[in-house]
Amino acid sequence: MTIHFVVHDEGDSVGVVVVEGLTASNRIQGWVMDQDKMIDFDAKSDIPIGHKIAIKPIKAGDTIIKYGVDIGKAIADIAAGEHLHVHNVKTKRW
Amino acid sequence: MGINLKGASFEGWRRENGRMGVRNHVIILPVDDLSNAAAEAVANNIKGAMAIPHSYGRLQFGADLDLHFRTLIGTGCNPNVAGVIVIGIEPGWTGTIVEGIAKSGKPVEGFAIEQNGDINTIASASRAAYRLVKHASRLKKTKTDIVELWVSTKCGESDTTSGLASCPTVGNAFDKLWANGNTLVFGETSEITGGEHLVAARCRTPEIRDRFMFMFDRYQALIEKNKTSDLSDSQPTKGNIEGGLTTIEEKALGNIQKIGKHCLVDGVLDKAEDPTHPGLWFMDSSSAAAEMVTLCAASGYAVHFFPTGQGNVIGNPILPVIKLTANPRTQRTMSEHMDVDVTGLLQKTMNMDDAGEALLDCMLRTADGELTAAELLGHREFSLTRLYESA
Repeated sequence: MTIHFVVHDEGDSVGVVVVEGLTASNRIQGWVMDQDKMIDFDAKSDIPIGHKIAIKPIKAGDTIIKYGVDIGKAIADIAAGEHLHVHNVKTKRW
Repeated sequence: MGINLKGASFEGWRRENGRMGVRNHVIILPVDDLSNAAAEAVANNIKGAMAIPHSYGRLQFGADLDLHFRTLIGTGCNPNVAGVIVIGIEPGWTGTIVEGIAKSGKPVEGFAIEQNGDINTIASASRAAYRLVKHASRLKKTKTDIVELWVSTKCGESDTTSGLASCPTVGNAFDKLWANGNTLVFGETSEITGGEHLVAARCRTPEIRDRFMFMFDRYQALIEKNKTSDLSDSQPTKGNIEGGLTTIEEKALGNIQKIGKHCLVDGVLDKAEDPTHPGLWFMDSSSAAAEMVTLCAASGYAVHFFPTGQGNVIGNPILPVIKLTANPRTQRTMSEHMDVDVTGLLQKTMNMDDAGEALLDCMLRTADGELTAAELLGHREFSLTRLYESA
């Protein structure tokens, strides 16, 4: 069984795609590391390896959580299953 | 594999100051940019001598000059170095570097170019290098406990797989080395941003925590003073962003996985300072790979762990850099740069203890003399950190 994306902690907003060539139509499987459990999901964007997928709906202004910690804020609404990166998330520092 | 660090050993060279090295380099160290040509000529004349050219050393002053001297002296004193030829444009600062290295008891000779010219300097320095390489080649290896191995870490061209897997692999190994009593270091001050509270919470005493926060705040003030944007493309880098990292906070949280789950920060160093006791040290340092690894070498570290995501190819002239990646594309396309493959972590075909042991196994082999990918490919990046403009 292929693991398509990995989530650090089940409270996180995002997972990380760990396979090459993931496309929007894919039914994908994710591994939540800290709780060691599997989750199923529909990808709604083509997402390159290493890039993040939103695993819950996010509104502009929301804090993004990864590793259970604040990693920045959304600057646009992001649907679950969509690609989450510099086009819709920014640092809160600097 | 079941590596038991208690009782593990390696064979290296015992230096005059008691430290153990894992390489036996004779280096030709220029004091300044003007002396690179002579240094490279000497290394070309004498096989087994290695020139370490760099871009600086003129008209520096104050703390920046102190750091320049500390870095060059520290490089010469590193236990992976058997002997040093120092070449400078003039005798004053050349003598400062020679005297600093000589305090370690190591053979060192200095040469100045003014009033001699390159050709006479190269001839004299080549004769000295000839003697030093001959001397180094006679030195015998001795076996010692692994606790004497000093290990540094810094990651580079990180991506999200670094925080998920390759940095935690270093963390797993660091937890084991720390429990064993080894001397360790991490740093990358700007790249702690967003996770500074987590590092602060790991400091062993309030005094160490205050010192860490002093270093962290000092670096933040530098960034705030000079920034013209949110630093995107610099920190995170273009490569980090290509690899999926979005913000400095996300990058930092991945970065600090390298200090594992258990080890405590036992002390704080300024750039290129020597640790004074075993344990895990935080060193205030640049997050640029070659600068940070150069500082680790100058602090006396003998082996380096370098997790990468997108495939940083860095090496160092005197410090063997062990690279590991968890990114399957990087492992597929750049395998000649990788020493440890931990891609299995992301498909659950390898667990974190297995990964940590694979890294420790590579560390032991490297300490015994096996060449790293970076050594085989000739990566000798030596980058001096500058604090400000020259006078």
